[in-house]
Amino acid sequence: LLPASSFLCLGISITVWFTLLFVFIIMPAVLGVSFGIRSFYMRTLLKIFEWATLRMELGAKEKNQELYKPYTNGIIAKEPPSSLQQEIQELRGSANSLRSEPEFEMADIFYFCRRGVESIVDDEVTKRFSAQELKSWNLLTRSNYNFRHISLRLTVLWGLGILIRYGVLLPLRVTLAVTGICLLLVLTTLVAFLPNAELRSYLSEKVHLMCYRICVRALTAIITYHNRENKPKNGGICVANHTTPIDVIILANDGCYSLVGQVHGGLMGMVQRAMVKSSSHIWFERSEVKDRHLVAKRLGDHVADKTKQPILVFPEGTCINNTSVMMFKKGSFEIGCTVYPVAIKYDPRFGDAFWNSSKFGMVSYLLRMMSSWAIVCSVWYLPPMNREEGEDAVQFANRVKAAIAAQGGLVDLIWDGGLKRAKVKDVFKEEQQKLYSKVLVGDSEDQMEDKRSEDGTPEGDESSKDPAEGQ
Amino acid sequence: MGSRASTLLREEEIEEIKKETGFSHSQITRLYSRFTSLDKGENGTLSREDFQRIPELAINPLGDRIINAFFPEGEDQVNFRGFMRTLAHFRPIEDNEKSKNPTASEPLNSRTNKLLFAFRLYDLDRDDKISRDELLQVLRMMVGVNISDEQLGSIADRTIQEADTNGDNSISFNEFIKVLEKVDVEQKMSIRFLH
Repeated sequence: LLPASSFLCLGISITVWFTLLFVFIIMPAVLGVSFGIRSFYMRTLLKIFEWATLRMELGAKEKNQELYKPYTNGIIAKEPPSSLQQEIQELRGSANSLRSEPEFEMADIFYFCRRGVESIVDDEVTKRFSAQELKSWNLLTRSNYNFRHISLRLTVLWGLGILIRYGVLLPLRVTLAVTGICLLLVLTTLVAFLPNAELRSYLSEKVHLMCYRICVRALTAIITYHNRENKPKNGGICVANHTTPIDVIILANDGCYSLVGQVHGGLMGMVQRAMVKSSSHIWFERSEVKDRHLVAKRLGDHVADKTKQPILVFPEGTCINNTSVMMFKKGSFEIGCTVYPVAIKYDPRFGDAFWNSSKFGMVSYLLRMMSSWAIVCSVWYLPPMNREEGEDAVQFANRVKAAIAAQGGLVDLIWDGGLKRAKVKDVFKEEQQKLYSKVLVGDSEDQMEDKRSEDGTPEGDESSKDPAEGQ
Repeated sequence: MGSRASTLLREEEIEEIKKETGFSHSQITRLYSRFTSLDKGENGTLSREDFQRIPELAINPLGDRIINAFFPEGEDQVNFRGFMRTLAHFRPIEDNEKSKNPTASEPLNSRTNKLLFAFRLYDLDRDDKISRDELLQVLRMMVGVNISDEQLGSIADRTIQEADTNGDNSISFNEFIKVLEKVDVEQKMSIRFLH
């Protein structure tokens, strides 16, 4: 009697669960409508976070201690950047820069010493490769690095949060994700069988959009798209700043793109092969990735065909933590087609979307994503850009990068994202040494050459040094 | 679970560091965050590789010497106390500190201690003298391959000539202080830490 009734209960609850899921989440995703549940959820969460911060401040005041303030303004106040020459002359207190005899002062090392220690305390690069610090706690254990004064009430709230996130939200999201991926695999295979090419591409678009919408709900991603009139068109390349693999889902939710990437094995490989059946994507074998001409050729062929969707590329080449935009690799900017820049900015208060690939593998990353409160982001479509007369690929790339950084409120850096794993090249130290030698030996050479390499912030790509040397 | 940073830095430690270095409570906690973010091995100490991972430091011609200054004699790891002790040299000199108890030991960020820090960047073997060779080494680090040996040698000779007052062909700490007496050491060797 007991097993039968418990099976019945189980059966009923599963049916109810799936019905609710279907009505409230999957149907809207298929049809593309929204009930407004997610924005209500967001507003409620924000109110709770504000309350939590207030309690922590009260707690700190009671104990007469200071509340931890993360260094959002920096640990140190950096001087406005001036050239090596200027600073050393200030050190020496001499106004004349032209000397016939080489002059060295023992105080010169102060310049390098202070710059060195400043970079130890706060540098522009290393902090981009780990999740950014939040101004106040958002009740997630993972973002509590130094927040104290957590009273009993807050602990209870935190515990409740854990129950909700892991007990309700996570299973829900996993179910949705599985549904989304299965639908993608099945439907793209079915669509591939259709004989009529036009019908095939039309349906494939619909299928892709639907599945991405389900995946977006699987992450509880609350996305705001701005300036949709600038959406990428066929025959162009869409470039965006890269924070996480989820960027693809966020963008593909609103339009159809051809993806570029390496061929993977396992589940990713299956998804890749399924996607290729119904629309054209560009997957490279691992060996082909190194061959830049081959890559350029395939991309070029794709954009030349105006019936094919715009290509989606992330020129940074690696995930950055969404506080800055790092060097854009020039490959996509050499092809000569229209570039559609897109800026993506995540709101870290609801869950930090940055994928720290040295700390988390893909699966643990996805689990963390699915157990955060939500993924909230803004997407700005910027007006299309073309390479101008006399501009080379690197300058064009930097111009696009500056536009994206300005729109997204991100810091525009010239450093290479590859510094996440690789060491910086010696040539930049040699540049610094050259600059200092000029100070010692005197400005006997053309002063114009100094100005160009004077700012001390090097570029990561060796071909970018050509403009400086060509003159 | 819980915060990595706060479980490892206790209030007593913060007080001790405050007394020793003069940093404020919030500065110490923020610098501790920085310390732990540099500590990739997560063992509470930094190695030379951890410093060299900072690109701006790696391209600094004196980068290796600066990194060396953090490590006590012959050791390969530096803990948070040592880290703070070295950074304390770069605290700006505040006016109210000058009138403090004269019998108390000199603060780490006094003018003399700042000069001593710079002196030790030159004096690699710690014999309290900058020899011609040591001066040449530092010069070579700063100019790379852009100046010939002869030119560099003559620069070194001239510098020692100007500074050396007791004729032993090397620069002692007192001679070093004398050469730099007109330089605004307080400003040039200070970093403005935010509160």
